[in-house]
Amino acid sequence: MSGLDLPGDLGLWSVLLAVIGGAIRVSTPFLFVSLGETITERSGRINLGLEGTLVFGAMSAYATAVLTGSAWAGVAVAGLAGGLFGLLHGWICRLPRVNDVALGIALMLFGSGLAFFFGKAFIQPSAPQLPAIPFGSWSDLAQVRAALQINVLFLIGAALSVFLWWALRNTRIGLVVRIVGDSTDAARAMGYDVDRVRLLATGAGGVLAGIGGAYLSLYYPGSWNEGISSGQGLMAVALVVFARWNPLACFGAALLFGGAGALGPALQSVGVSQGYYLFYAAPYVLTLGVLIATSSPNHALAGAPGELGQAK
Amino acid sequence: MVADTATTDAASADGAVAAPRAPAGLQLRAWAARRAEAAIIPLGALALGLGLFSLFLASLGKSPAAFLDLVYRGGFGSSFALQNSLQRAAPLLFAALCVALPARLGLVVIGGEGAIVLGGLAAAAVATPLSGAPGSLGIALMALAALLAGALWLGAVGALRAWRGVNETIASLLMSYIAIALANHLIEGWLRDPGSLNKPSTRTLDEAFRIGPLPGLEVHWGLAVGLVACLLAWVLTERTTLGFAARIAGGNVRAAQIQGLPVGRLITGFTALGGALAALAGFFEVAAVHGNANGSLVAGYGYTGILIAFLARQNPLAIPPVAFLLGGIEASSGLIQRRLHVPDATILVLEGLLFLLVLMGETLYGRFKVFSPHLWGDKQAAAGLKPSGAPAP
Repeated sequence: MSGLDLPGDLGLWSVLLAVIGGAIRVSTPFLFVSLGETITERSGRINLGLEGTLVFGAMSAYATAVLTGSAWAGVAVAGLAGGLFGLLHGWICRLPRVNDVALGIALMLFGSGLAFFFGKAFIQPSAPQLPAIPFGSWSDLAQVRAALQINVLFLIGAALSVFLWWALRNTRIGLVVRIVGDSTDAARAMGYDVDRVRLLATGAGGVLAGIGGAYLSLYYPGSWNEGISSGQGLMAVALVVFARWNPLACFGAALLFGGAGALGPALQSVGVSQGYYLFYAAPYVLTLGVLIATSSPNHALAGAPGELGQAK
Repeated sequence: MVADTATTDAASADGAVAAPRAPAGLQLRAWAARRAEAAIIPLGALALGLGLFSLFLASLGKSPAAFLDLVYRGGFGSSFALQNSLQRAAPLLFAALCVALPARLGLVVIGGEGAIVLGGLAAAAVATPLSGAPGSLGIALMALAALLAGALWLGAVGALRAWRGVNETIASLLMSYIAIALANHLIEGWLRDPGSLNKPSTRTLDEAFRIGPLPGLEVHWGLAVGLVACLLAWVLTERTTLGFAARIAGGNVRAAQIQGLPVGRLITGFTALGGALAALAGFFEVAAVHGNANGSLVAGYGYTGILIAFLARQNPLAIPPVAFLLGGIEASSGLIQRRLHVPDATILVLEGLLFLLVLMGETLYGRFKVFSPHLWGDKQAAAGLKPSGAPAP
């Protein structure tokens, strides 16, 4: 059938291809959540609740897509819902003596709870999926075609990371966010409303996390169930530290994490069934390893927003 | 919302006696006021949470009154319901201590779920080769295995925090996911009982290794041990040098280090102790409830434990009543699901809402004059009353 005469299963090559393809497929939610968290943390606050936002985004996108028949309407609703969760976090954090880390945990539980509550009815029906572009159509190999089937949201995420990297350096809004994140006093002295900037930065972070959730339920894995995220939102928050709060580095880190997440399914597809659960734990182990390697006991990390230390 | 004048007047009348210390009556009232603040604000959050949740239910066309009635009947209304709630409260006591102990040092540890699962698994793993040994020996070794597993698992998180500066909140949750993956792997692999077909489980424990109910009750011994653990945790944190040192380190790490306190060892020790206690919950689930380790160990007790610890404001003595309340609410979940035709996640929504409101309540401490003796207005009285750490307006 093809010019290349490869054996029926490609062995290790097929695992590698599946991991590369998987990295592209799995990384999108990591990318969106980590970009969102980068905006929030650059303004000086941590939102651990993005895990809940991701799950709620997945549910609301799926439900909207089922009801309206449009996957893009689902993305819009997920972004909106995520924004509301972000604003809720930002608004409660304005109150004095409210711990942003604990609040994140509360929102994680609340977001997941609401998503499971409203999502019960949508576990069965199937929703229209987000479109993908077949970049691999030049190849005769099914594995290559599958690996290069790239979703539009991934491309948007990639463009967004470049844009945010540029915007944080070169735009007025980017500068204000960074001033607020680096020194509350300096920002106040310049007349900026610190709480308001943080409120909006947390809201923007929520929008992106919600869209990441839409990708989960509307493309890959492409259905709604209660275990859909299982900590991806939290891993993405950890990934921001690894990426040193740099949107471009977030893109690379998300691909790395996506590859780790794709390892289990890839090995399973070539018939490795031993240690199934252990391979699924690979992203968690990788995240932990990355956290240990990048943390430092003594000094603030290079690139860390100055006000973030107080939240830790 | 401001002070009531009667209290202020009474306070100044009492404080009129020129004395270096505030008079005993005033001291008592000040003590009561501070205690009342710590009880009334969370209770208010609880009431507000139930109110908002009722609105949520009503907006969905469900009757809030029926909901409350079902919570009462399912969780507290009969001897059976009460015992069921207590049974559920038992693991929650340990799970909440796993959050409250590290909280003394200012740490937010949320990986109790993983320690529970590993504790249960370790207990079950030890029980298999011990088969045939005397019951008390078997039980002791199972408990020891669980304690060790939990201590090592979360102690590692503490050590990473202390010596590498790794964020303990994220690390502990990641460790929890890894623990659950590890447990699934072992329960479906090496430790699987070949006879467990539909639901992979470890070998069922010897009858001699099973833990029975408390005398006269149907609730297992885990409840009693959990209550004792809460009491001991309170003694540790409030009445020992170690607990005091932990509080200093939680308040200001630099100051603690300058004082020569072993901050790293305190952090590791308290997280390890929390992990060991959470693992004990897993041990009781295996030895007293399931009879083997299986997927039911991942029941979300660790997450409910986080909420309980925050509702109890990390006070070990406040954990038992809060755990009983939430145990009861969770026990009524099945009944609510069937009668109101709502998803099982209804309870999760309520718990998430309560969590949010309790945290928002933190902002109210020190804002009410009634609860803040140092604001009662009499200088002489104030001299004898330490401010409770609340910033004066």
